[in-house]
Amino acid sequence: MSAVSPGPLASRMDILRFATAGSVDDGKSTLIGRLLYDSKSIFADQLEAVERTSRDRGEDYTNLALLTDGLRAEREQGITIDVAYRYFATPRRKFIIADTPGHIQYTRNMVTGASTADLAVVLVDARNGLTEQSRRHAFLTTLLRVPHMVLAVNKMDLVDYQAEVFERICEEFSAFATRLDIGDLTFVPISALHGDNVVDRSANMPWYDGPSLLHHLEHVHIASDRNLIDVRFPVQYVIRPQAATDAALHDYRGYAGQVAGGVLKPGDEVLHLPSGFTTKVRAVEWAGQPVAEAFAPTGPPSRRTSRPWCAGCPPIRSWPSAAGWSSSTPRARSRPSSPTCTTGST
Amino acid sequence: MRPDYQLSQLDVLQAEAIHVMREVAAEFERPVLLFSGGKDSVVMLALAEQAFSPARIPFPVMHVDTGHNFPEVLEFRDRRVAELGVRLIVASVQDSIDAGRATEETGRHASRNRLQTVTLLDAIEEYRFDALFGGARRDEEKARAKERVFSFRDEFGQWDPKNQRPELWNLYNTRIRRGEHIRVFPLSNWTELDVWAYIEREELDLPGIYFAHQRPVFERDGLLLAENPYVTRGGDEPLFTATVRYRTVGDMTCTGAVASTAGTVAEVIAEVAATRITERGQTRADDRTSEAAMEDRKREGYF
Repeated sequence: MSAVSPGPLASRMDILRFATAGSVDDGKSTLIGRLLYDSKSIFADQLEAVERTSRDRGEDYTNLALLTDGLRAEREQGITIDVAYRYFATPRRKFIIADTPGHIQYTRNMVTGASTADLAVVLVDARNGLTEQSRRHAFLTTLLRVPHMVLAVNKMDLVDYQAEVFERICEEFSAFATRLDIGDLTFVPISALHGDNVVDRSANMPWYDGPSLLHHLEHVHIASDRNLIDVRFPVQYVIRPQAATDAALHDYRGYAGQVAGGVLKPGDEVLHLPSGFTTKVRAVEWAGQPVAEAFAPTGPPSRRTSRPWCAGCPPIRSWPSAAGWSSSTPRARSRPSSPTCTTGST
Repeated sequence: MRPDYQLSQLDVLQAEAIHVMREVAAEFERPVLLFSGGKDSVVMLALAEQAFSPARIPFPVMHVDTGHNFPEVLEFRDRRVAELGVRLIVASVQDSIDAGRATEETGRHASRNRLQTVTLLDAIEEYRFDALFGGARRDEEKARAKERVFSFRDEFGQWDPKNQRPELWNLYNTRIRRGEHIRVFPLSNWTELDVWAYIEREELDLPGIYFAHQRPVFERDGLLLAENPYVTRGGDEPLFTATVRYRTVGDMTCTGAVASTAGTVAEVIAEVAATRITERGQTRADDRTSEAAMEDRKREGYF
């Protein structure tokens, strides 16, 4: 890859994608509005527009949910219909937020938003405790293999910031979570409306000694969520320049795609599925230049494909017929194996 | 690439965009990339070059030309297209007007912004495009924040925001019937700052109007508009010369300049990082029509 210039942004900053989940009116959009507001990520003209709309509607306070409820129908009905994406960065991380709808009839939109997340924030209304919908969303995020979960007990201001309420909900959810496949679970008591424990630690809940929600999001370790052991490389596209003028490119055949798992290097022996043939990687390239290796970018898709069904897939038909198998990634592309490699079947 | 297998945020965004572009090239018969010469489409073209190198970009590029574009940008567009050896299709709004397909707006705030939709949809029909790459980003505008990466359009080119397709992980639904098409947004998850950081890292060339220069301007509704033949300046709008740059590039009639002395990419990045106003909020008159101006235009087929 090209040399990274030491500019102000070419730092080691990574990306955390997280999704909100939970029932209607548990405060998902309000929480995101609060996160953006308190981390000073709202632009002046956006805030002004939201304040104006809130005022026009005769609401007592600035309705931060309007920041993400961008569709006409959503604003009219005061609900979230489809997932909205928002972006902000702190000095530690860039965040991509998916604000998902809570209504049961929009569950498919919630699934769309949660599928790409590294972490799900499941909100629960402290007054109501766990509902069917909060259980459903928590279950769906595990089904999508979102590796980290935060249970945010919201509206603590409405239960006088009582530790007992928070503890009761945590216990109830822990009992439920034993039946789910959750790798990492954290509990935070918050008030999205007033900002308690969202960005800054709350003075109203001295009994809580954990981090604020943003602090947790900034520090949760996601680098190990990828699989760098089991090589999986779905071929997406075959690059054939077929440039008659350039002899070097005449027979070029590069298999392009995104590495889903593992690390690929030139010389690695690989097994092609479904044919079952083996061949060797001749070169790994990125933007036409050879690179030493290719590996999976961060992001949830890499985890999915690391599951065992991929390895157990039986050979069904023979492919490719002409050239050998070689590799590529978004970071890399390859030249084909020498023709002898194609006959080197299993 | 780092020895510890960590990727920076730009690497991740780049990988995602290239994956999207290859998916389109593999799945659709007649894709096209919308190229205006603006910074986002410059990044798009660079990504397409990287995605298919050493082969040429396997689709043409198209520009919907309102006839009100900045001459510097058109010049840049032609130069860049010639360098890459891709085919450029120009769909002209003037032609649509001449053919009676669109009617020119009148009055002080007249703009061809909305007329572009007619020209665009006609071009899609004429060339039978089934996938169109756009450089729109979700951080730009609240209706765009709701849109899928692969966004379905019906046979009338319309977007139905209340009935979007599921889009799980990095699996994209590319199924359409004849006459329908997909708008594809590889830069969905990029922010304005990411785009500039990428331009800096990859040392991409941009039209000169993105950097500080002297220009005769006048003020209207808080925007600094360039003096140009397509806008009728009122008597209460005096002309003055200012040092400005453009944060976005659209029509001369509705794109405002910002007062700035940033002459290099690094200086622009410093400015963008510190700004408290969104790029469209600061520079676009077309979004100010109403609360849901973008959603309404998108429903009609606007990009």
